[in-house]
Amino acid sequence: MAFDIGQSRRDLLVVQDLKKYFPVRAGLLQRVKAWVKAVDGVSFTIREGETFGLVGESGCGKTTVGRTILRLIPPTGGNVFFDGEEIFKLRRRELKAMRRHMQIIFQDPYSSLDPRMPVGEIIAEGMMIHGIGRNAQERAEIVADLLQKVGMNPYHARRYPHEFSGGQRQRIGIARALALRPKFIVCDEPVSALDVSVQSAVLNLLRSLQREFGLTYLFIAHNLSVVEHISDRVGVMYLGKMVEVTDRETLFRNPLHPYTQALLSAIPMPNPKLKRERIVLTGDVPSPLNPPRGCRFHPRCPRVMDICKEVEPPFEQKQPDHWVACHLYPSGVTVPNAWQPVEKNASPVN
Amino acid sequence: MTTVARPLSTRPTAAAERSESQARVILRRFMRHRLAVVSVILITFIFIISLLAPVLAPFERDAIDLTAPSRPAPPGTVTQDGRVHYMGIDHLGRDLFTRVLYAARVSLSIAILVVLISETFGALLGALAGYYGGIVDTIISRIIEFMLTIPTLPILLIISAILLRRDVVLPLPGFLERLLSALLLAPPREVQKVVVLVLVLVIFGWLGAARLMRGMALSLSKQDFVEALRAVGASDARIIFRHIIPNGLAPILVNASLSLGGVIVLESALSFLGLGVQDPTPTWGNMLSTSQSYMFQHPWLPLVPGVFLVTVSIGFNFIGDGLRDALDPRLKR
Repeated sequence: MAFDIGQSRRDLLVVQDLKKYFPVRAGLLQRVKAWVKAVDGVSFTIREGETFGLVGESGCGKTTVGRTILRLIPPTGGNVFFDGEEIFKLRRRELKAMRRHMQIIFQDPYSSLDPRMPVGEIIAEGMMIHGIGRNAQERAEIVADLLQKVGMNPYHARRYPHEFSGGQRQRIGIARALALRPKFIVCDEPVSALDVSVQSAVLNLLRSLQREFGLTYLFIAHNLSVVEHISDRVGVMYLGKMVEVTDRETLFRNPLHPYTQALLSAIPMPNPKLKRERIVLTGDVPSPLNPPRGCRFHPRCPRVMDICKEVEPPFEQKQPDHWVACHLYPSGVTVPNAWQPVEKNASPVN
Repeated sequence: MTTVARPLSTRPTAAAERSESQARVILRRFMRHRLAVVSVILITFIFIISLLAPVLAPFERDAIDLTAPSRPAPPGTVTQDGRVHYMGIDHLGRDLFTRVLYAARVSLSIAILVVLISETFGALLGALAGYYGGIVDTIISRIIEFMLTIPTLPILLIISAILLRRDVVLPLPGFLERLLSALLLAPPREVQKVVVLVLVLVIFGWLGAARLMRGMALSLSKQDFVEALRAVGASDARIIFRHIIPNGLAPILVNASLSLGGVIVLESALSFLGLGVQDPTPTWGNMLSTSQSYMFQHPWLPLVPGVFLVTVSIGFNFIGDGLRDALDPRLKR
């Protein structure tokens, strides 16, 4: 839980200035005409055993961050350190060995399981690749055990994915990720395709598995209540940039970036009589093909200043463990309600 | 909670059906397709009697009946020693029934070989193109498109004309030659011609399968389960052979059974034009071809191989339709 996560925990995953540009090809020769800057210089750190929530609206690059970290798509720039190892420098063989420790759970439970394969084989495939379990018999036992751990029955191993509901399929996806005994799992919107009632069951399952196996999660979501429920720390992304990173409590009580403030004001209140002042953003998210100059949020920012249109705000620690990219809070200058001296040589990477 | 409406599938067997394997589901759906089932039975029957040709055939393949009252002679002609030519004799005095059985063996073998080789080759190239995309896809797709623009028949004629010259001998491994020779019940010299024909038909036969599989691989490789496999550390070969190809196989199977009929007809066309398998090795095509000068006086000469040809090629089309329905993942039951 959020309370026992202190600075003392060791950094498991360090992301430095991660960039991923997708080429836009056109014409007869398929020349690169432009670049979609899906992720453009994102830095953050995930500590061992915590859940790092990554939020942002669709198309802001959250999913790309998750997949680039796992090297499922090649990065354009930046570094990722996992357990001290530089992920982007790994050779083929080393990468394969590293894959055991980093897994992923997908958003769409329908396309994430091979429809022509029984569930047991889907879960056991990774074990076969990495030589876990001496024979099929032993792997089948592990699969049965995993199925029970995710709240299903061992005899489900012989069935095919189409025989299961979305929630059950998501559990199968979780079992597949767990089969390799990873330390770190990217949860790419694992509940957004599910019914609300099933969502909470899957979220609670993820939590209890985290406790049991000591897992670290990068939890990608666009639903703020889900993020609030499960995360220890939260990062907010906007148009390929990280705009704010801090612990959950601080983010939900004292958001600093105007975009985060606007996002939070959009969470529906359970009590209809309580009215909250909503910050309604105008306009659409600009195209990542041609992002605005200066701060990427400036065309929609309710508190925009002249400097925002010219200078891109640095992503800095404005309060202890509270990183923001915004000109409203100049580096080293007092922030009214909780001023703390900015530590020297502090960077998102310790 | 018991009063809550249950799903419509309240058939008593519903629970048992749930865990039955996909193969059985497909088989059950295929069995509902009457014409397809009939075709399977019919073609299997023809194939079996063609395999049993040496036993069943009343005469030798090339034996000439010198006692026949006329050549050609109509069905029911009886030899001097009392044996019946059930389907008549051809212009040289050979028993048509015997020859049509041996021809079935050659025609079906050629069709199956051609389809097997070209669908496998096509599926493989298509899977590579669709999975890797980029330059691999560009090269393979352009080759396919280029070959599709070539008019097939003239090229087939040219290639087979070159390869069927007497002095061209294909370097076939001995065991293959013996195997084919046994399968076709023909001497090695005639086997050479069959192999040439198979190769010629494969050259244009793989295109359809390759395009189908490319499309399937293209869409499959964008699915999350492929990403999950990469995340688990699966090699490209594993992803292609264990996941992409099995998932893309349904349209290939349908295409294969449809093209079986097509290949039999195409082989007949080539043989008819004198560039396929040559007399004395009988195929339905060259039997048709040799009968053309007698067809108005002796209509049974083209009718006998013709009926087999039509039956088998229509049958393969029905099987293809049945497979298409049975393999359609959108139909649940």
